[in-house]
Amino acid sequence: MKRARIRWHILVFLAPAVIVYTAVMIFPLFNTLRLALYSRVDQERVFVGLQNFQTLFFDPIWSEQFWNALGNNFWFFLIHMLVQNPIGIALAALLSHPRLRFAALYRSAIFIPTILSFVIVGFAWKLILSPIWGIAPEMLDWVGLKSLYAPWLGREEYALTTLALVSVWQFVGIPMMLIYAALLTVPEEILEAGEVDGITGWAAFWKIKLPLILPSIGIISILTFVGNFNAFDLIYAAQGALAGPDFSTDILGTFMYRTFFGFQLQLGDPHMGSAIAGAMFAIILVGVCIYLFGIQTRMRRYQL
Amino acid sequence: MTRNTLKLALLTTALVATGAQAQDVTLTIESWRNDDLTLWQDQIIPAFEAEHPGIKVEFTPSAPAEYNAVLNSKLDAGSAGDLITCRPFDASLALYQNGHLSDLSDLDAMGNFSDVAKSAWQTDDGSATFCVPMASVIHGFIYNKDAFAELGLEVPETEAEFFAVLDAIKADGSYIPMAMGTNDQWEAATMGYNNIGPNYWKGEEGRLALIAGDQKLTDPQWTAPYETLARWNDYLGDGYEAQTYPDSQNIFTLGRAAIYPAGSWEVSGFNALADFEMGAFKPPVQNAGDTCYISDHTDIGIGMNAATDNPEAARTFLAWVASPEFAEIFANALPGFFPLSSAPVDIEDPLAAEFVSWRGECESTIRSTYQILSRGTPNLENETWGASVAAIKGTSSPEELGQKLQDGLASWYAPQQ
Repeated sequence: MKRARIRWHILVFLAPAVIVYTAVMIFPLFNTLRLALYSRVDQERVFVGLQNFQTLFFDPIWSEQFWNALGNNFWFFLIHMLVQNPIGIALAALLSHPRLRFAALYRSAIFIPTILSFVIVGFAWKLILSPIWGIAPEMLDWVGLKSLYAPWLGREEYALTTLALVSVWQFVGIPMMLIYAALLTVPEEILEAGEVDGITGWAAFWKIKLPLILPSIGIISILTFVGNFNAFDLIYAAQGALAGPDFSTDILGTFMYRTFFGFQLQLGDPHMGSAIAGAMFAIILVGVCIYLFGIQTRMRRYQL
Repeated sequence: MTRNTLKLALLTTALVATGAQAQDVTLTIESWRNDDLTLWQDQIIPAFEAEHPGIKVEFTPSAPAEYNAVLNSKLDAGSAGDLITCRPFDASLALYQNGHLSDLSDLDAMGNFSDVAKSAWQTDDGSATFCVPMASVIHGFIYNKDAFAELGLEVPETEAEFFAVLDAIKADGSYIPMAMGTNDQWEAATMGYNNIGPNYWKGEEGRLALIAGDQKLTDPQWTAPYETLARWNDYLGDGYEAQTYPDSQNIFTLGRAAIYPAGSWEVSGFNALADFEMGAFKPPVQNAGDTCYISDHTDIGIGMNAATDNPEAARTFLAWVASPEFAEIFANALPGFFPLSSAPVDIEDPLAAEFVSWRGECESTIRSTYQILSRGTPNLENETWGASVAAIKGTSSPEELGQKLQDGLASWYAPQQ
C-alpha cells in the first residue's frame, strides 16, 4: 500500500497567513475573553470566574449603562437597515439603468465618503450642523424652513438619530456598489424573456431583479450588523468618550472604551472592559449565527 | 616609558572627568508640560543654575496624553528622571503608594504652602506630602469690558446683580449674555457647578464634610447650585446644546458674547485673540457682604523620584521651586497659572492679576469632586458633568440630580453609606 505523501507545500503556503492572523486576531480575541474572567483586588490580579459578567448584567449601575448602550446600538442598526440599505438599492437600480448619463461620476461621488476618515466625517458634520458657524441653519433659511432647525447633536432625543444618518451618508456607497455589481450580473436574456411575457419597468425590477439580488442584500445586512455593533469611531469623534448628551449616543463601543481605558478622573478597568468586549463579541456571534442558519440556508437561489 | 606616560595621561583625564562629574550633578525633570519647554530653558533653569553652581537641570517633557503611561513605564524600568512633575490627586498618590515618589513632608519650604494647596499631593490622612505644589487655576467669569461700558453695566457682586446684568444684556440684544455650551459637558461642571458652587457649600468646610460623610449631595447647599445653573439656560446662545468648548471661546473672543464662565488658564489664549478689553469678576455671592469662596484648583506639582542618585541636589531644587523667586518667574511667564505659595507675587498681566487678587478677599477651595470622591464606580466627576448639563437644560430637577449623585456615591463610598 502506498501511503499518501504529506503535501508540505500546502502547510508552507498557509503558514504566513495563519501565523499572522493568529498573532494579531485569534490570540488577542481569546486573551481578551480570558481577561474578562479576572479582577484586580489590592494590586493583585485574581480569577473571579463570571463575576464581571454578573456585575455587568445585574448590578444596577452597570446594567443601566449596558442596556442603554445596547438599546442605542439597536436603534443605530435599525436606522441603517431602514435608510442606508433601501437608498443603496435604489441608487444601484438607478445607476444600472442603461440610459443614465454620467453614471461613473455619480458612482464615484457617492462612494467617496466611504473612504474618508471617521474623524473628518465627524468633524465636518459637526461644523455643518453647528448652530453657530454651521451652514445647516442658513440653508434651511433659504427655503424658509428655519423653524425646523434644532441643535440636533446637542439634544438627547435627536443626537443618536442624527449621528446614525451621518453614518448612513458616509457608508451608503457600500450597499450601492455591492447591489450594483449584483445587478450587472442579471443576464439580459432573462429580462428580455420577461419583456416578451409583458413584465417591464417597475414590475421587472420587483419580480425579476430583486429576487436575484436577494442574497447580496442578505450579505449587506449582515455586514451592516457587524459594522454597527462594532461602531465606535464616529460617536467618539463627534461626541467624545462620554457620548453625550447624557449618554444618549452611548453605544457598546464607546461604553467599552470608557471602561477599559478610563476617562478623566475615572481610572481604566481592563477587566470590566474585557467583559463588555466579550458581551459585544457574543451579541455579534449570535446575530451572525441567526443569519447564517436561520435565514441564509432558507433563501431560495436561482441558477443564472 | 612612552606607554607609561600615555597611561598616566589617560588616568589623569579620567580622574579629572570624574572630578568634574562629582561637582556637576545633572537633574532631569519629567513633565507633560511640553508647551512650557522654552519657559523652562530660557527662564527658570538659568535662574536656578545661576544661584546653585554645580547643579545642572534638564527639562524633558513628553506629550500630555502619553505622560502617565510613559512615566509609569520609565519608573518601573528605573530610567525616569530625578524630578517628577505631579498630576493632582489619585494619579500621583498611586505613584507614592508604589514607592516611586519620596515623602517630602520634612522639606522646610513646605511651610510656604497652605493646607488646601498641599491637599492634591497628600495621603488621604494628610500625614505625608509627596510633591511641592507648583501651580493652580482659579475659576471666575471673564467679561467684555467694552460691552459693559457700552451698556452702562457694573460688575455684579451678588447673585441678584448677576442676573440683573444678564437680563440687561439680553434686553439690549446686541450681545449673547453668556458664552457657554453643553455639548462637551465638562464646562457645565467645571466652569458652571464648581465655579459658583463653593459659595453655597462654603468652600473647604462643605468639601471636607462631604468627604467625611457629614454632608450629603442631597443637602440644599449641594443642590442649590443646580437651581442657579437652571436659570443660566435663558442667557446662553441659540443652540447652546450643540455648542462646543472651542465654539464658546471663539464666540467670546470675537466679541459676540459679554460674559464667559472661565478658568484662569484661558488668560494667555484670550489675551492673544481678543481685541477688546477684558476684565474678570469672581463668582457672585448670595447676599452682599457674604464671605466669598473661590475655586483655586491645584493643577501641577513637582516631586522627587525615590530612586534618584542625587537626592540632596533634588531637594535643593524642590526647595527653590517652593521659594517666592520661582513663583514670580513662573506666574509672569504663564499668566493664568498661579503659584501656590502663600507669599504674595507681583503679576504683571492685568487680567491674571485680577484673578489672583481674589485670594486676598476670599477663601480658597478646590473642585469638590477631585479628592477621594472620584475613585469608584460610578465616577462622581463624570456624573457631575452629566448632572450639570441636565440642570442647565432643565431635563431634571435639582433634587433629582442630587439624589442620583448621592445614590451613586453611596453605592461605593463607605462614609456616605
